[in-house]
Amino acid sequence: MKVIVPVKRVIDYNVKARVKPDQSGVDLANVKMSMNPFDEIAVEEAIRMKETGTVTEIIAVSIGPQQAQETIRTALAMGADRGILVKTDETVEPLAVAKILKAIVEQEKPELVMLGKQAIDDDCNQTGQMLAALLDWPQGTFASEVKFTDGKLQVTREIDGGLQTIEINMPAVVTTDLRLNEPRYASLPNIMKAKKKPIDMKSPEDYEVDITPRLNVLKVTEPAKREAGVKVESAAELVKKLREEAGVI
Amino acid sequence: MSMIVDRRNVDFLLYEVFDTQKILSAPIYQNFDRDAVTAILDMAQAIAEDKYFSCSADIDVNEPRFVDGGVLVPSVIKDALAAYAEAGFFAATFSEEWGGMQLPWHIYVQISNLFTCANTSINSYAFLTVANANVINTFGSDAQQALYLPPMLEGRWFGTMCLSEPQAGSSLADIKTKAEPTEDDYYRITGTKMWISGGDQDISENIIHLVLARIPGGPPGVKGISLFIVPKIRVESGRSLGELNNVGLSGLIHKMGNRGTTNTILNFGEGGECRGYLIGEPHKGLQYMFHMMNEARIAVGQGSVMSAQAGYLYSLDYARQRPQGRLPGEKEPSSPQVTIIEHADVKRMLMAQKAYVEGGAALIAYCAQLIDQEKLVTDSTEKKRLALLLEILTPVAKSWPSEFCLEANKLAIQVLGGYGYTREYPVERFYRDNRLNLIHEGTHAIHGIDLLGRKVRMQGGAALSVFLEEISKSVEDGAGYESIAPFASTLQNTITNLIEASEAVLAEDSLRRQLANATIYLDAFGHVVIAWMWLLQSIAATEGLSGNDVVDAHFYEGKLKACRFFFTYELPKTKAQFDLVASLDDTCLNAEATHFIGV
Ligand SMILES: Cc1cc2nc3c(=O)[nH]c(=O)nc-3n(C[C@H](O)[C@H](O)[C@H](O)COP(=O)(O)OP(=O)(O)OC[C@H]3O[C@@H](n4cnc5c(N)ncnc54)[C@H](O)[C@@H]3O)c2cc1C
Repeated sequence: MKVIVPVKRVIDYNVKARVKPDQSGVDLANVKMSMNPFDEIAVEEAIRMKETGTVTEIIAVSIGPQQAQETIRTALAMGADRGILVKTDETVEPLAVAKILKAIVEQEKPELVMLGKQAIDDDCNQTGQMLAALLDWPQGTFASEVKFTDGKLQVTREIDGGLQTIEINMPAVVTTDLRLNEPRYASLPNIMKAKKKPIDMKSPEDYEVDITPRLNVLKVTEPAKREAGVKVESAAELVKKLREEAGVI
Repeated sequence: MSMIVDRRNVDFLLYEVFDTQKILSAPIYQNFDRDAVTAILDMAQAIAEDKYFSCSADIDVNEPRFVDGGVLVPSVIKDALAAYAEAGFFAATFSEEWGGMQLPWHIYVQISNLFTCANTSINSYAFLTVANANVINTFGSDAQQALYLPPMLEGRWFGTMCLSEPQAGSSLADIKTKAEPTEDDYYRITGTKMWISGGDQDISENIIHLVLARIPGGPPGVKGISLFIVPKIRVESGRSLGELNNVGLSGLIHKMGNRGTTNTILNFGEGGECRGYLIGEPHKGLQYMFHMMNEARIAVGQGSVMSAQAGYLYSLDYARQRPQGRLPGEKEPSSPQVTIIEHADVKRMLMAQKAYVEGGAALIAYCAQLIDQEKLVTDSTEKKRLALLLEILTPVAKSWPSEFCLEANKLAIQVLGGYGYTREYPVERFYRDNRLNLIHEGTHAIHGIDLLGRKVRMQGGAALSVFLEEISKSVEDGAGYESIAPFASTLQNTITNLIEASEAVLAEDSLRRQLANATIYLDAFGHVVIAWMWLLQSIAATEGLSGNDVVDAHFYEGKLKACRFFFTYELPKTKAQFDLVASLDDTCLNAEATHFIGV
């Protein structure tokens, strides 16, 4: 089967993000960018499915600026087969991404779209679900295990308080959670090989999608600093504080 | 911000200060371009941060242990090196014949920077293996190459360098390890080597020691030393591993820093025959070993810059967050405290660290690309010039960072105040790691003597001339910029001091007196070289600022500030040092052992 793996270029997870002084967003000047870690997990899963013979072709898609091509190259160096870059310098919100992906799915006709459950920059956790709705495909979100048997997918989902295993028909949308796998690093020889793999250059207009943002960002601020803790004398005091001060029990 | 690298600075050095593009345009490097280099650095940085940096504090506490005659190395070290091997870094710079990628050396140096800064003691295993494989690749026979290189470059067998002995460290002329010929194709090795990094471990399947030893009957001193390949486990035909080769491990040495790298005393021939295989011709061992020493010594300087960089980045981040005190003149006690980066003296300490670290990093990058250029040029005069330039810069690239980047580590501790002195924060560890670099690969003193006693006078002063020509070119370039011209002329004056001091030394009859202050000369000479590196960086930064649409103004302005710092706070110190050297002062030379405490 053919798999599409969307990959997003985000601020590197090791980077300490700083908010711009005018509170309009996070300062990205001179900041290291890399592939969204959840997307790396999706790429890895697709490659493993290819290694076991379930998958025949992996297409890495990114929607973003020219530099997002580097993110696609990373996926190609890990083992994806070809790439599609939908180039735009505008902010693209999950809905716009889902619409573009839908158009690509209609052209490429994959049986599976595997996405990260969320991107670590905006933490939206929407694209996969929106895409499934737009395509009217089944979805298996927050996957910590994916098994393909008899033309169906068994997806183990990480939910509050435990794991839920569901079976879904194909074609389907799967979003990956942290524990699904540990992605490989690209190797030096594979980075060089990836240079020769093809990347199609597209634009949102090619898919007739209007990407105008629907949301208005009022301001972005640093998270509140954590206050110093207090030591409690006894378990009873802890319970009291949790009930009366924190209001969590 | 990353705690192991400023990638903007890496790009600045590669593409704005020095000319990587020119090296990459050579036919043998045609596969590499800027995008590929960026992707490789991204991948290396990810492995360095995930696998190396994350366990650096842990392996300092839980260091390798000597148990039942063998060594137990923590598994995190094995995992890290496995990831390094899998990514193809052991073979990276080797030709395709050996499964390598023919990566230019100066790019490999930038990659090593990442691993070294993240965790210098893990990187040592890889570094030693690559250096060892380089010796075999250059001087080993075809059969030796075919036997040893593949498993080493796959990262399955590691390498060591066995020069030092308990009684012979600085003075290799006095080594005693013996290699007796046998009827077979091997020599019988006996003797004790000390301080051997990676001398035993349970990470790799086999260990290939490169051992300096004497063949009986050979000339005394350094002219009678030969080089041998001595495997820990004997290698049978088809590269299968046979019996142990009787390399006895007496124990581990417990070190101040760099604790993840095992350091060993090895007894060759203890308990039975230890087989060594001669590399090249007899009695040329030191020559072969020194061929690799340029790279190895530059790597020591690199290690030092990187330990300092780790401290610099950490203390910079800390200074931006730690509120303490108010600025002079603020009398209102209820006013909010400032973060310590607002205090002028903290800025001085950070600026000094920046000047040392980025000055040192530029020198390492410069030397590394000279190594590539020397390989690439075909014109024999130019090749010779580059070789001479490397000869004279190598002791500086090894020693200047060892001394002044260690100073940077001292300042990083100071920025953290009391917290810096505790083991809860990493800056004291970075200092301990870095303290080694003044000692191994030739102590600081030995390099002072090498520079003043050999390098500045080699071939009638040819190396010094090439160095002065190159630096003069930059002075001329700098003079063309209004804002840089004053620095260019200061550097010109300092060069005059350097030349005068060198001439005064050479005019002295007594060799002992000539070399009595060689270490002072080395430090001052190093400051001139680093001032040169800052001049080059300020030219590139001025160019960067003059472009349209500058997004990096702060970065470039910071470069100009650090350049000014170095020329204003540091370079003037060399005047006193060169004057002292020129005066041939003999205070220390003529002090007697009894002068210290009267008996
Ligand atoms: C952690 C560590 C790792 C090492 N790894 C290796 C390794 O892998 N392989 C290896 O072969 N060796 C290794 N070494 C050994 C290292 O190279 C030696 O320690 C070094 O060369 C100094 O020798 P020494 O310790 O015998 O000191 P000495 O030579 O006894 O020096 C003591 C002092 O005397 C000074 N001195 C000595 N001779 C002179 C002179 N002629 N003029 C002026 N001053 C002089 C020195 O500068 C020094 O300050 C390692 C050492 C350490 C500490």
